[in-house]
Amino acid sequence: MTEHSTDYELVIRPKYGLLDLNWQELKEYRELLFFLALREIKIRYKQTMMGASWALLQPFFTMIIFTLIFGRLAKMPSDGVPYPIFSYSGLLLWTYFSNALSQSSNSLVENAPLLSKVYMPRIFIPTAPCLSGFLDYIIAMSILAVMMVYYHFVPGISILLLPLIVLLTFMLASGVGYWLSSICVKYRDVKFVLPFFVQLLMFVSPVIYPVSIISGKLQWLLYLNPLTGLMNAHRACLLGHSPVDFIGLSISALVTIVIFLSGILYLKSTEKYFADLI
Amino acid sequence: MSSLKREEPIISVKHLSKEYNIGIDKTYKTLSGTFTSAIKHPLKTLKDSRKPCSTFWALKDVNFDVKSGEVVGIIGRNGAGKSTLLKVLSRITFPTEGEIKMLGRVGSLLEVGTGFHPELSGRENIYFNGAILGMKKREIDDKFDEIVKFSGVEKFLDTPVKRYSSGMQVRLAFSVAANLDPEILVIDEVLAVGDAAFQKKCLGKMKAVSEDGRTVLFVSHNMNAVENLCTRAIMLNSGKLTSDGYDTREIINEYLTSNDQENKNCTWINKGNEYLNAWFAPEKAYLTDELGNTIDNGQFHNKVNHYFSLYGTIKEIDPALQVGYALYDENNNLLYWTNFNDTTEEEWPQLSKGKFCFTGLIPKRFLNEGLYRIEPMVSMYFREWIIQPGVNAPILYFEVKGGLSDSPYWLARRPGILAPLLKWNVEKVD
Repeated sequence: MTEHSTDYELVIRPKYGLLDLNWQELKEYRELLFFLALREIKIRYKQTMMGASWALLQPFFTMIIFTLIFGRLAKMPSDGVPYPIFSYSGLLLWTYFSNALSQSSNSLVENAPLLSKVYMPRIFIPTAPCLSGFLDYIIAMSILAVMMVYYHFVPGISILLLPLIVLLTFMLASGVGYWLSSICVKYRDVKFVLPFFVQLLMFVSPVIYPVSIISGKLQWLLYLNPLTGLMNAHRACLLGHSPVDFIGLSISALVTIVIFLSGILYLKSTEKYFADLI
Repeated sequence: MSSLKREEPIISVKHLSKEYNIGIDKTYKTLSGTFTSAIKHPLKTLKDSRKPCSTFWALKDVNFDVKSGEVVGIIGRNGAGKSTLLKVLSRITFPTEGEIKMLGRVGSLLEVGTGFHPELSGRENIYFNGAILGMKKREIDDKFDEIVKFSGVEKFLDTPVKRYSSGMQVRLAFSVAANLDPEILVIDEVLAVGDAAFQKKCLGKMKAVSEDGRTVLFVSHNMNAVENLCTRAIMLNSGKLTSDGYDTREIINEYLTSNDQENKNCTWINKGNEYLNAWFAPEKAYLTDELGNTIDNGQFHNKVNHYFSLYGTIKEIDPALQVGYALYDENNNLLYWTNFNDTTEEEWPQLSKGKFCFTGLIPKRFLNEGLYRIEPMVSMYFREWIIQPGVNAPILYFEVKGGLSDSPYWLARRPGILAPLLKWNVEKVD
């Protein structure tokens, strides 16, 4: 005879509450998040001939092109760091962020059967691509390590901040992903706007140029973009060429947390329509 | 466990209603479209957003309780609200009104193989599909061998699923699902897949699950399965619960014979990929009169012959292919089966690959007045069923009214099941 415990009591009613995040349930299903991320990785590498080397090639070739165009031709300043390693350290985080954001934003629509045929915490679907992106990030990190040896860079004690910065970038990518993927269920044009949005975002973030390129008075404008603080801190803690800008990082962290939490709320408040709309 | 607890319903559904918006709002909105219309016609957009577009109640005030260990069959015609009910029970969509209380883990199976990815191997898909259905990795590890054995795809475990035949994919997917063991299992029509042997295996598994004391809610058009497996049946009609009882046979009869004309189809079109098999792809079934006109109101004029046609594609030539129809009366009595090759071998039609239409006679002046159910029948002789009447066949209805004979006598329904006009020889014998 089955013993049903009241632990599992489940009540389904029309949802109105905003804050319906069920921690118990997220814990219950946590393995699924891992499986979703794992599936993402497996599929990505199974369909490609070169497999994981793409994770290296994408930022590496971008770095070479940027070095030629911005470093050599445009003579872009780079805070006294050789331009290749300057742009690669930026591209490393940027590649993670932009891939995670794009995949996360399309994830709900692409996984329509998961919405209409099974129950699971919906929030895992846009979270998974942001997790699976870490593998590419770690793989691509190896090139940076080689470059650091070549250019004689030794990271300082601030390298300890790296996990925090990566975590914040993850929260930012998934936060924006929660917003855009939920909007995309109802409004399909997000899919077309997204590549354009991501491209613009790169040019307003200090990936290929240092913040110092903009004169002091207008610099605060750059900091409205939470990626600015993250990008700077990421570079500083890896290369150890300048101290970490804690004020910039704190602003970014604050904005990131707001986007992340509001993204969760927005997704939670719209998810009850997903299966009916998709 | 206290005896009091046993009496407590494991599922309790109260005043459950679900409303869907239909009509104008069908297409996906575009963000830019919404913006531009808001700027161009600010008042109209505001009004539109207040005024709901045409709505439709997929479920309306449904109430029932289920006790632990019950196996409940949910029956009803297409559009009766069965699938919506299952979707609400499995938390895929939310009710508009009402409440459901459930005590126990719910596992739902609305589709086999959700999340299967063609590039991943059988092994990977077992783990992923299991996780999607709410299993833990450890649970899957424990049941892995059983799942593989049940599915019969041992040899291909590390092959990408895209190289599997569709039958193998379905078997693997069902095997994962069959090994799910929550306290409450919600299942939608998953048995209409796979070959006959596998269907039998699935039914066996379902029976074992229910004998295990688990609570099952089961939606199906397969009346045999409902009758054999379920201890209770619930019938839905246009979103309302119309019958509920423990005499499943009686409710099934009520369903099969209910005189609800608007839902009685007299044609059938294969939407998507029902009845997948290697030999024959049925596409549509319909009824025609002697002149070849399609009957679309389900009324037969008994003065002329009628024909049943099954149209489809022969994919693989096999002499064992049987196509026919089965005819039932309104009390669910099987009147007869008939097949296209009920003749000597020399007279059999030549089959080849390509589109074929199998047309069988429904003789005039043979049936009594009343409502009839006709079901296509396709099988590989003595090997397996593709469309089995009374089990997974689509149902066509027609009604015979009047025209039983040309004589001025006996025009109304006659006693007996049939009312054939037979040849009489009357001669004076001196």
